[in-house]
Amino acid sequence: MRKIWLFLLGAFFITPVFLVLSGTVLSRYELQECLLPLITGADQFIGWKFFPQYPTFEHYLRVLFYTPQFFVVFWNSMKIVVLVLAGQLFLAVPAAWAFAVYRFRFRKVLFTLYVVLMLMPFQVTMLSNYLVLEELHLMNTHGAIIFPAVFSTFPVFLIYRGFCALPDSLIDAARVDGAGEWMIFWKIGLPLASNGILSAVVLNFLEYWNLMEQPLAFLEDQSLWPLSLYLPEIHLDQAGYSFVASVITLIPPVFVFLIGQEYLERGIAASALKE
Amino acid sequence: MTARKERLFQLAKSSNAWVWFLTPSLFGVIIFVCVPFLDVIRRSFLTAVTQEWTGLHNYQVIFQNQAFQLAVKNTLRFTSVCLPLLIGLGLFLAVQLSRLRKMQLIKSLFLFPMAMPAATVVLVWKMVFARQGFLNLFLNNLHLATQENAIDYMNTGAAFWVLVFSYVWKNLGYTIVLWLAGIFSIPTDILDAAKVDGANERQCFWRVVFPNLKGTLYTITVLSFLNSFKVFREAYLVAGSYPHESMYLLQHLFNNWFVNLELDKMAAAAVCVGTVLFLAILLLQRAWDRDGTA
Repeated sequence: MRKIWLFLLGAFFITPVFLVLSGTVLSRYELQECLLPLITGADQFIGWKFFPQYPTFEHYLRVLFYTPQFFVVFWNSMKIVVLVLAGQLFLAVPAAWAFAVYRFRFRKVLFTLYVVLMLMPFQVTMLSNYLVLEELHLMNTHGAIIFPAVFSTFPVFLIYRGFCALPDSLIDAARVDGAGEWMIFWKIGLPLASNGILSAVVLNFLEYWNLMEQPLAFLEDQSLWPLSLYLPEIHLDQAGYSFVASVITLIPPVFVFLIGQEYLERGIAASALKE
Repeated sequence: MTARKERLFQLAKSSNAWVWFLTPSLFGVIIFVCVPFLDVIRRSFLTAVTQEWTGLHNYQVIFQNQAFQLAVKNTLRFTSVCLPLLIGLGLFLAVQLSRLRKMQLIKSLFLFPMAMPAATVVLVWKMVFARQGFLNLFLNNLHLATQENAIDYMNTGAAFWVLVFSYVWKNLGYTIVLWLAGIFSIPTDILDAAKVDGANERQCFWRVVFPNLKGTLYTITVLSFLNSFKVFREAYLVAGSYPHESMYLLQHLFNNWFVNLELDKMAAAAVCVGTVLFLAILLLQRAWDRDGTA
C-alpha cells in the first residue's frame, strides 16, 4: 500500500517529461489545436493528447537538419560544461589533497573560506565577478562563464570528503618507505579520489548544464548563449520546435543522471555527513 | 599522542608539498573572488560614478529603497514558507521510503527533477499555470473553477505559490536523500532494542529516530536556505525581470541593478546579504564540527 502511493506520487513528479515527450510527436495542426488558446489568449482551456492521432517526426527533422542555429547553441552549452568540469578537476583534486593530508598554518581558516565560497549564491559574488571579468576583458566571451566556475570550491569540498576516509597510517607508511609526496598523491591519492570526482562531475554537470544567472549577466551576444537561455526565447507558436529542443536539452543531463545516480546521492549526502 | 604518531606528524609537518597542491586553486580563488570582493566592500562606501567617499550613504539608500524592501520581504516570506514545507515533506517521505525494502526506483523518481533543466520545465509550467492551462482545466472538471473566474496563476499573487511549488518539486529528492543519510546513520541496535521492547512504528520514530536527527535537520535547513536562491532560474524564465510583485525576489533586484549599472547599491546589498549568509554558514560549520555523526 505504502509502496503504491509513494510510487504514484513519484510518478506525478516526472509527468513533465512525458508532457514534453508527447509534444514532440504531435503534428503542427494538432499542436495548434491544443495550444491555440495560449497563443491567441482566447477564453478556452488548452487541450492535450498524450497519444497523437498522426504521430510525426517533422519537428525532429526540422531541429536536426534545418536549424543550424540550434547546433551553435548546443555546442556552446557543451563547451562551457566540459571545460568547466575539466578545469575544476584539474585544480580541485590537488587542493583537496592538500587539505586532507597536510597540517599547515591557516589550514582551518582557508578551509572555512572554501566552504563559505561554495555555499554563497551567485548574487553575492555577481558584482565582484563582474569587476574581475571587466578588468581581464573577458566580458561577453565564454571565458566570463568558464573562469569563475573553474575556481568553484564545491568540487574541492566533495573530493576532500573522499580523501578524509583514507587512513593516515597508509600515507605515513608510504613516507617511511621513502615515497615522495608527489608519488604518494599519484599512486595512493588519485585512485581513492574517484568517488569524489564522479560525485563532483555528476552534480556539477547538472548544475552547469542548467546555468542561467551567469550567462544572463555576462553574455550579451546571443550567439554565445547556452541552451538554458536560448530555449525560453522560442515563441509558443513554434511549440513543436520548442518541445524537440527541450527534449534534446534534456538528453545529456538525463543520461548523466541515469548512469551516475549513485554518485549523485553520495555527493548530496557528503554535504550532510561527516565521515 | 604515541611516539610513532608524533614522529609521523613531524614528517608530515616538515613537508611543504601542500603549497604545490593548493596554490593553483587558491590563486584563482584569491584573484577571482577574494580580491574583487574586497573591492566590492570598498565600493559600498563610495559613489558609483565619481568614486567619492560617502560613508554609509549607500546602505541608507538601499534600506530606504522600496524595491529592496519588497525583495527582502518576499525573499524572507518565500524562505519561511518553503523551508518548513520542504523539510517536513522530505522527512515524511524519507521515513516512509526507509521502511520499504526496495526504494531505489521511487527515490529515483523524486530525484529526477534535479536533472530537468529549468528551461524545459518552464515550458511545462506555462502550459499548466496559464489562465487557460491544465490546472484550471482540472479544477473546472471538478467544478471548482469556471472559465470565467479562472485564475491566471502567473500574473497574480498566486505566482508566489507557483514558485513555491517549483522549488519543492525540484529540491524534494535532494532533501529526501539528505534525510535518508541521517536516518541510516542511526545505529540499528537502538531501533532493534526499541522494537524488542514493544515500541510501534510511531513510537520508534518520535522516541528514537527523530531525536537522533537533530544534526541532520540543522544541516538540511541551512543547505536548503542557500539553495533557495537558485529558484531565480524558474522565476526569471517564467516571468522575466519584472515579475508580479509577490515574487519579486532579491535575485531579481540584483539582476536589475546590474543591468542598470547601479553598482553602488549592488555593492552595499552584496555586503549585507553576504554577511547574513556568512553567519548562517558559520553556524552550519559549527554543527559539522560539534556533531560527528550527523
